[in-house]
Amino acid sequence: MSKLTELTVADAISGLRKKEFSAVELTEDHINAVKDSQELNAYVVKTFDLARQRSILSDKKISSGEAGLLEGIPIAVKDLFCTKGVHSSACSKVLDGFQPPYESTVTQKLWDSGAVMLGKANMDEFAMGSSNSTSCYGPAINPWTPKETGEQRVPGGSSGGSAVAVAARAALAATGTDTGGSIRQPASFCGVVGLKPTYGRCSRWGIIAFASSLDQAGPITRSVKDAALMLNVMAGFDSKDSTSLDKNVPDYVKDLDQGVKGLRIGVPEEYRIDGMLPEITALWEQGIEWFKNAGGEIKEISLPHTKYALPTYYIIAPAEASSNLARYDGVRFGLRETGDDLIDMYSKSRAKGFGEEVKRRVMIGTYVLSAGYYDAYYLKAQRVRSRIAKDFKDAFNDVDVILTPTAPTGAFAVGEKTDDPISMYLNDVFTVPASLAGLPGISIPSGLSPEGMPLGLQLIGRPFDEVTILSAGRFLETAADFNCLPSDNIGRKKL
Amino acid sequence: MPIDKATVQRISRLARIHIDDNEIEVVAKELNGIIDWVEQLKEVDTDSIEPMTSVVELKLPKRKDMVNDSADRQELLSNSPESEDGFFVVPKVVE
Repeated sequence: MSKLTELTVADAISGLRKKEFSAVELTEDHINAVKDSQELNAYVVKTFDLARQRSILSDKKISSGEAGLLEGIPIAVKDLFCTKGVHSSACSKVLDGFQPPYESTVTQKLWDSGAVMLGKANMDEFAMGSSNSTSCYGPAINPWTPKETGEQRVPGGSSGGSAVAVAARAALAATGTDTGGSIRQPASFCGVVGLKPTYGRCSRWGIIAFASSLDQAGPITRSVKDAALMLNVMAGFDSKDSTSLDKNVPDYVKDLDQGVKGLRIGVPEEYRIDGMLPEITALWEQGIEWFKNAGGEIKEISLPHTKYALPTYYIIAPAEASSNLARYDGVRFGLRETGDDLIDMYSKSRAKGFGEEVKRRVMIGTYVLSAGYYDAYYLKAQRVRSRIAKDFKDAFNDVDVILTPTAPTGAFAVGEKTDDPISMYLNDVFTVPASLAGLPGISIPSGLSPEGMPLGLQLIGRPFDEVTILSAGRFLETAADFNCLPSDNIGRKKL
Repeated sequence: MPIDKATVQRISRLARIHIDDNEIEVVAKELNGIIDWVEQLKEVDTDSIEPMTSVVELKLPKRKDMVNDSADRQELLSNSPESEDGFFVVPKVVE
């Protein structure tokens, strides 16, 4: 039998039920994998004792026939999710050591279904970043490296640690959050599956807020079926989140293999950006070919306001962040510096606690919301956002799903793009538009760049139509037959 | 340059983020870079377009007006940098 850490979630569930191995063994193997991949800095907190206790309980539940949907499955949890009594800091110095007295709804659902937490995953500070380089605990490192140079690459972000843990076989699955691409882009960089559900599909309660009109939780996994299994548990209405929708949660696994015959696949011309890398164009063309050959109907579509999505996002997200992050004042939790008076104490605590990118975004957000600038920037961005959403709505009159690259490049070197904020922002050029429109998107590992780094294709769906992007994703996954391990590529020991 | 040094100081005050005097120029340059870049939105015709405030069309759900789970005071205070007699402690604000 293959190593337990190589299993998919689906296979692990079946192996546990058949008693081929125990939850304790599965967890122990993953604890060892976490230790062995320490250098990747995927985890900022390890909860091995909790995991061991929970896996003993899982074995009992499996024996007594009370197993939950994810009973005994070891997962990583992005540090943005509040976990009761366990360090939850959004990888910010301002919250270092924070132990919430409550549990986020999504993680509670996962624990209720029997999942086992291995630890909290590294991420960009407050989910602001696309390379996991803004974490106060140092960067997470991509387990993939280019064939020739062996240079260290970023895992993408903000859910970088989650993607690394899953790609490096140091978790069977992970939770992430996606505001402008923070699940899909790291999934693409690390050769794993990343699903951002429709805004309102999963509860945001207990997830440390960045931009409330955009934030959404979702799974990072090694197969599309695993993403569906995770979403089955994570999705659903929550009375504690008034923006979660009281809408039936279908069984996302049931129709995975429905195929793509007759499916109308939109290819947006505006995503063919100037200077696109030839490998990205080639991968996209290959994806189109796969769908065409399987009986899918390819349609050229237009999303005219695509080029305005990033600047719109970089007004709206910082504006919401400046408001959400007002709570870090050194009074109720987190870091406190001494000051001459109350306001000086606030200002110095926040100056010390926030990293450079967070400060930059809070400042931009404060500026665009301030008197005299609100209409010119914030209100204008909200109006452009309406146009971007309308573009998608119109397109979905003619197509069922939209196919694009996930990111304009593969993973870049650690330390690259950190000097120029806008060059970092451009990473999310293909993921941000769907975020602004609240649509579900999934990144499927679909190929390797010439230097041997993974590349993903993105499928965007109608609101609450995760079923279609999952089944189209399942098709893409099968067509691409992407089963490479990072260790196949670099021979990293023990991964 | 829409953001000059005085503007940075004003934003710093509004955002309650202290900035050292010798950093103000650098911050101004960075913020101007971003603001210049977002200016391209002015090209978009939005005259008759409503601002988008929510991506999902939903009515705000109402709950029954009754007591539900609340938090424990001690638990809430447990993460505070300083607390006393069941209260958060802040620097003196009234003489």
